[in-house]
Amino acid sequence: MSDPNPAIPAPEAPGDEAPLLDIRDLRIEATVHPPGERPRTQQIVKGVSARLRKGRVLGLIGESGAGKSTIGLAALAYGRGGVRISGGQVLLNGRDILRLPARGLRRVRGKEVTYVAQSAAAAFNPAIRLMDQIVESALEHGVASRAEAEARAVSLFEQLGLPDPANFGRRYPHQVSGGQLQRAMTAMALCPEPDLVVFDEPTTALDVTTQIDVLAAIKRAIRATGVGAIYITHDLAVVAQVADDIMVLRHGETVEYGPTAQIIERPRQEYTRALVSVRAIEHPENPPEGAPLLSVRGVSAAYPGVPVDVLSDVSVDLHPGRTLAVVGESGSGKSTLARAIVGLLPPREGEVLFDGRPLPPRLKQRSREDLRQLQMIYQMADTAMNPRQTVRTIIGRPLEFYFGLRGAERDKRVNELLDEIEMGRGFADRYPAELSGGQKQRVCIARALAAKPRLIICDEVTSALDPLVADGILKLLLDLQRIEDVAYLFITHDLATVRAIADSIAVMHRGKVVRYGTKTQVLTPPFDDYTDLLLSSAPEMKLGWLEEVLAHRRMESAGH
Amino acid sequence: MLHPIVKLLVQRIALGLLLLFAASALIFAGTQLLPGDVAQSILGQSATPEALANLRAELGLNDPPVQRYFNWLFSALHGDLGTALSNGEDIAQSLGKRLGNTLFLAACAAAVSVPLALILGIVSVRYRNRWPDRLISAVSLASISIPEFLIAYVLIFYVAVQLRWFPSVAMISDAMTLGQKLSAIALPVAVLTLVVLAHMMRMTRAAILNVMQSAYIETAELKGLAPIRIIARHALPNAIAPIVNVIMLNLAYLVVGVVVIEVVFVYPGMGQYLVDHVAKRDVPVVQACGLIFAAVYIGLNTVADVVSILANPRLRHPK
Repeated sequence: MSDPNPAIPAPEAPGDEAPLLDIRDLRIEATVHPPGERPRTQQIVKGVSARLRKGRVLGLIGESGAGKSTIGLAALAYGRGGVRISGGQVLLNGRDILRLPARGLRRVRGKEVTYVAQSAAAAFNPAIRLMDQIVESALEHGVASRAEAEARAVSLFEQLGLPDPANFGRRYPHQVSGGQLQRAMTAMALCPEPDLVVFDEPTTALDVTTQIDVLAAIKRAIRATGVGAIYITHDLAVVAQVADDIMVLRHGETVEYGPTAQIIERPRQEYTRALVSVRAIEHPENPPEGAPLLSVRGVSAAYPGVPVDVLSDVSVDLHPGRTLAVVGESGSGKSTLARAIVGLLPPREGEVLFDGRPLPPRLKQRSREDLRQLQMIYQMADTAMNPRQTVRTIIGRPLEFYFGLRGAERDKRVNELLDEIEMGRGFADRYPAELSGGQKQRVCIARALAAKPRLIICDEVTSALDPLVADGILKLLLDLQRIEDVAYLFITHDLATVRAIADSIAVMHRGKVVRYGTKTQVLTPPFDDYTDLLLSSAPEMKLGWLEEVLAHRRMESAGH
Repeated sequence: MLHPIVKLLVQRIALGLLLLFAASALIFAGTQLLPGDVAQSILGQSATPEALANLRAELGLNDPPVQRYFNWLFSALHGDLGTALSNGEDIAQSLGKRLGNTLFLAACAAAVSVPLALILGIVSVRYRNRWPDRLISAVSLASISIPEFLIAYVLIFYVAVQLRWFPSVAMISDAMTLGQKLSAIALPVAVLTLVVLAHMMRMTRAAILNVMQSAYIETAELKGLAPIRIIARHALPNAIAPIVNVIMLNLAYLVVGVVVIEVVFVYPGMGQYLVDHVAKRDVPVVQACGLIFAAVYIGLNTVADVVSILANPRLRHPK
């Protein structure tokens, strides 16, 4: 792992014009406190080098823990949360900013290099108007007068496609949407006319239809201002749209570094090839057979005290051993549908049939047998498990509750389940904190399977996971479906996941099912407007995809 | 349509008034439970039964308690707090002067301690876990741990007796100029400041440190702002609510809880007045003082609530 890879070429030969940013053999470490062990020093970045010329965009890509954000922040000589930069150089405009004293560093940050955070909602101060925050760096560093800075901000708002640019800055952060806030953050980064902007997962937290707009706005703004940029993301398809060069990182080391076209089209390393071909699971569609296992009929539901329906007249069927994918943006009612099915939110109208008979609307009215047959897996495996219970207790609980298994009998079944989720028996005595994200989700799957359910509702179960780990979870779910003949109601906002796993699809928008049918039916044109928007917004792993989609949309809006 | 914040504020203030009403009922009920008979205590042990009966009728003591309560409350709302039993003076008049003195002392102590607490809190955050922070914490904790009368006597001994900078007795009168008054109360103000400073300072520090964990503080750091500017401009406005709550609690203490200090420095304030009349079983005076203390407490806490609401941009500027 630690020997340097000689096959990594630097995209730019030394000797051409002085680079804007030159990272040389960067080493970063942190003190970790593992449970039950002594604190120790861990290397997070192990000797990474990169160069960036003025006006170019470098993409940093890798799984969580690869060190990409840490490297991005090192370009501002900043270590987040006790992280220490222990070696190497970061040359910005020719001088090593790691050697600067605090005061000198403050003159670099916000003036020569700025930062766009993943969650703009958290990164804006809730107590200050947007405009005052956006022009703050420019004023602090004496780059412009207030009037000049505000004029520049307004023109950036315009470039970034924000509504009512002249008055946008008068609002407070909570008064604008997530996508607008992310664009405002980009404006904040560009306002002091820096030489370098670090974009740290700027579109990850956004809905897919919003992501494409923000991505296009960021790309336009980078081109228009001629600023250099580092673009950090875990989504190779996204970074392929904006970056000139891409660096693939894993465990704090460079796996591959080269021009975007080469990385996407001719990856040299095995790991890069895996990233490029991610989500290419082939799953032939199984046609529905026999009577539906779950039948949602005309369900409308509203939250208490809110006059608007969150679900209106939703009807879908799910057959035994099949997968129904419910897809839509946040706020479309996907999770509310799940809550209505499991009895957490009794429908205002309509009914839910399970195996041909109506389920009582309220959770409290349901028998233990009803509960057993219908299990759930959640997005945040972390919070879905009691951190003070071992894996054995977590998986064993439904065995005790539903089947009355005790002692050796229960442990035997726990071991079988651990085998089924491909984790092995050694994990039985571990605590959730000692598991990786993917392993945690596997334990949650085992817990759901322990009840021998006929239907599992999977609520965004792969959304919080890295692409390769998510792929593993999806493959596991498909295998388990074949073995256990369990049906999945699969809630997701990610179309690649839908393609990978679904037999039928329901597209939801504002509480209504706008399109429903088998996978082939739903994914075959002609589309309704919303499905078209949703499908065309999902990033594809090819160069120029963003421009194609935008051109296509312009033509459509022009009346073709 | 009414701004939603107006509705919230009206609710808070109405709640405060309701609370004050309940407190007045409690005060009245409490004094009724005290043993002894007011007429008896006025006329003394040797009074004839006829004289006692006459006085009871005159004072309205034969009316049912609920009616007496509303009579008392109604007069109190009109500024008539009755007459003191012990010396026959009009309570509102003698209380007014005392209250003015107490508020003067409290205001001077607040004018020193509140800004000082905020500044020291900000300095502690700026130099967190370094010597200025440790020093401020140690000194303020020591000052809150020592009983206030001890601090008072120590100050009297060194500052008043040995150094002769300020008088040891804080007597003030209308004839004095403002400068003379301030000089007279310098020592009690110093003691009160030491007593309330630590609590406010530590809450300021804790509230700001809590906000310093937020992502927007990192944004401010990455803008290259100076640490003190980050604390004052980005952290403090988001820490206002908890800080104001503690400030108001301490201001209330400055008005209501300074009996010991007033006695030590022989200051003619509310506390001493109350203590004197409790000793004399002067029920109307005790009731009046209780009512005013309750009003100050509830009033200041309502102010804290109102400021917290106004400090929240989500409420001030709804979507």
